[in-house]
Amino acid sequence: MAVEQKRHPLIVSVSPHVRDRETVGRIMWSVNLSLMPALIASFYYFGPRAVFVTALCIISSVLSEYLFQKALKRQITISDGSAFLTGLLLGMNLPPSVPFYIPIVGSVVAVVITKQLFGGLGYNIFNPALIGRAFLLITWPRAMTTWSAPTAQFTALDAKTTATPLGILKEEGINKLIEEFGSKGDLYINLLFGNRAGSLGETSVILLLIGAAYLLYKRYITWHIPISFLSTVAILAWVFGGKEGLFTGDPLIHLLSGGLILGAFFMATDYVTCPTIRKGQIIFGIGCGAITMLIRLKGGFPEGVMFAILLMNCFAPLIDRNVKPELFGAVKEKKR
Amino acid sequence: MVKADTFERGVHPHESKELTAHKPIESAHLPRRVVIPLSQHIGAPAKPEVNIGEEVKRYQMIGSPPGFVSAPVHASISGKVIAISDFLHPSGRMVPSIVIESDGKDEPLPLEDNPDYLNLPPDEIKALIRDAGIVGLGGAAFPTSVKLSPPKEKPIDTVILNGAECEPYLTADHRLMVERPEDVVNGLKIIMRALGVPRGFIGIEMNKPDAIKVMKDATVGEGDIDVRQLKVKYPQGAEKMLIKAITGREVPPKGGLPMDVGVVVQNVGTAVAIYEAVRYRKPLIERVVTVTGRGVREPKNLKVRIGMMLSELIEDCGGLVDGAVKVIVGGPMMGFAQWSLDVPVVKGTSGVLVQTEEEFFPSEEYFACIRCGRCIDVCPMGLNPSMLSILSEKGHYEEAKEYNLFDCFECGSCAFICPSKRPIVQFIRLAKSQTKP
Ligand code: SF4
Ligand code: SF4
Repeated sequence: MAVEQKRHPLIVSVSPHVRDRETVGRIMWSVNLSLMPALIASFYYFGPRAVFVTALCIISSVLSEYLFQKALKRQITISDGSAFLTGLLLGMNLPPSVPFYIPIVGSVVAVVITKQLFGGLGYNIFNPALIGRAFLLITWPRAMTTWSAPTAQFTALDAKTTATPLGILKEEGINKLIEEFGSKGDLYINLLFGNRAGSLGETSVILLLIGAAYLLYKRYITWHIPISFLSTVAILAWVFGGKEGLFTGDPLIHLLSGGLILGAFFMATDYVTCPTIRKGQIIFGIGCGAITMLIRLKGGFPEGVMFAILLMNCFAPLIDRNVKPELFGAVKEKKR
Repeated sequence: MVKADTFERGVHPHESKELTAHKPIESAHLPRRVVIPLSQHIGAPAKPEVNIGEEVKRYQMIGSPPGFVSAPVHASISGKVIAISDFLHPSGRMVPSIVIESDGKDEPLPLEDNPDYLNLPPDEIKALIRDAGIVGLGGAAFPTSVKLSPPKEKPIDTVILNGAECEPYLTADHRLMVERPEDVVNGLKIIMRALGVPRGFIGIEMNKPDAIKVMKDATVGEGDIDVRQLKVKYPQGAEKMLIKAITGREVPPKGGLPMDVGVVVQNVGTAVAIYEAVRYRKPLIERVVTVTGRGVREPKNLKVRIGMMLSELIEDCGGLVDGAVKVIVGGPMMGFAQWSLDVPVVKGTSGVLVQTEEEFFPSEEYFACIRCGRCIDVCPMGLNPSMLSILSEKGHYEEAKEYNLFDCFECGSCAFICPSKRPIVQFIRLAKSQTKP
């Protein structure tokens, strides 16, 4: 009595039976893409060294992920773009003049130690690129703080060394910094367009913001971390940053210089190492901003973005445990 | 912009309703045999009232409810009872069922028309609804008469008819509203009378402008009934979300029910069944089913006898295409994938979706949670699906309760959006099965 019919082997799986188009790979490659304008600008300002350093970082990151996964017979995940992104971000965090072994060692520390040894993408506690950079800074402090002046000449191989704007601000004060650039207006303009000494990716604020706008538009990142991070920096810079007492600081200089824009939009927002809940992300951003300014104003280093993000990475799991999303109907329940 | 009601969060899966949205409801052929599960509803299974070999007529009650939270079942065709035993149910379980072989005559028991049905006393209305075996046709299949008998300490002031049909692909409710708006409204009026409630709403997603218009026309002059348009968003048709969208009230968590906020929600298909039951004493023996997806040759909205096998039903749509790989009963977000086509349409079956290889997503290939937070952004219940899935994956089921595990109603929004393609709903079901609320 069973109805005659062709046997189709049917697949059974749990609902939902449709999925969104986004994948980890799409997201990671989009972030890589969003960094391209700023990267190309760094090539323009720092010449072939910049190309060399970033290429080396990317190649060693991808290669070390591949070799590690191959050796442990794990699934090879280099196509998801995350090792590429780690390499790219590490490169953008290095001074252009570093010797060749620095990108290689940094990449291995970032990808193998910080990410893969913790279980791979999703399980790492710290932002891999930032741990890579922190390791390099501690191991080779001189090479990691020798900054070349931008040349804007692709052929100039030996750029003269100089201090970063934040370094000048720290050592010699704001007046010296303004003097270096001509006028306050010129200072802002040069910071905006990236004509200054610093890490590769700390150059053009405008091009970084274009990339960030793309990520925000695609909803790959949300405003919570960058805005809370940046506003905290701005407020603290204004309140405590001036030499003539409270409320005399210049927030703009602090916003535009150093690795702040790169850090706030592209590194503090790293999914794996920031809180998952939006409210918690605001706490995270405020923490990042406060630690950044503590280091910039009171610490021994001119720049504090890297350590601020790394420190807050430790707190991300704690924040996630304590800040819960608002349960549907729970508000009403309290009122009763 | 017209005002549209909605809830917070949720997702926007591709609607795919164009396959059947403009196709009028047709009658499926008379099934050669039907398998009628004694349990097609939430609550106690019905008790068989017929024996093997007995001749039955259409509308005849063949299973009676043993308790209050239960529902009778009726023969949907005339013929001979050939088996009473366990059969595969679309939920994947084996359920005691009555099998009737058709005599080809489709002989009914007589029905009677009571044109004065709107003036029946509430208790009589509820009894008629109960006797007709009516359960929620939106999928949950909760016995309707129970829903219409809330305890005294829970006063009801609002009835909402659910015409959201937020599941992609499904158009059965849509067609029913377009083709039988008066019956929908009459059903609503009966429900309002049964509950003694002055206020009724019909909520319809804005992707069905024709249904909104028709229903508005049908309620002109009905001052106490309001047609509301809802934003197109999944799961707009989930009871709690619908109540929030239309009344602004939030059903409390931890087992709260719509009646806790004074609301009863019924599906539009249920309203039509109620109308037929109260006016004509017609038992629930058929329903509208959307048979759709790229895996069937000719997608359709079909009026189907309860108990018809999917294999027979799909014949009416020209059969399966060669690349068909997955058959889902219900919608793509919450429906059940089937092992076999030898399962019956039951009262809660709103659609049959057949996916082809191209639409199908291999669910075994998933990755670690990258903590992107997208699932949290979309969970309509305000849960942390990322955490729930991770805890369940590690076997920490008890800890999952601290994250309100049991408030998840398995809408699938989180798994839909997850870029790591994690089977979050599966993890959540696992955790629920391993622990108690
Ligand atoms: S956790 Fe549950 S209620 Fe929330 S989106 Fe996922 S399935 Fe839906
Ligand atoms: S959407 Fe998926 S990857 Fe993102 S947090 Fe949720 S479970 Fe994790």
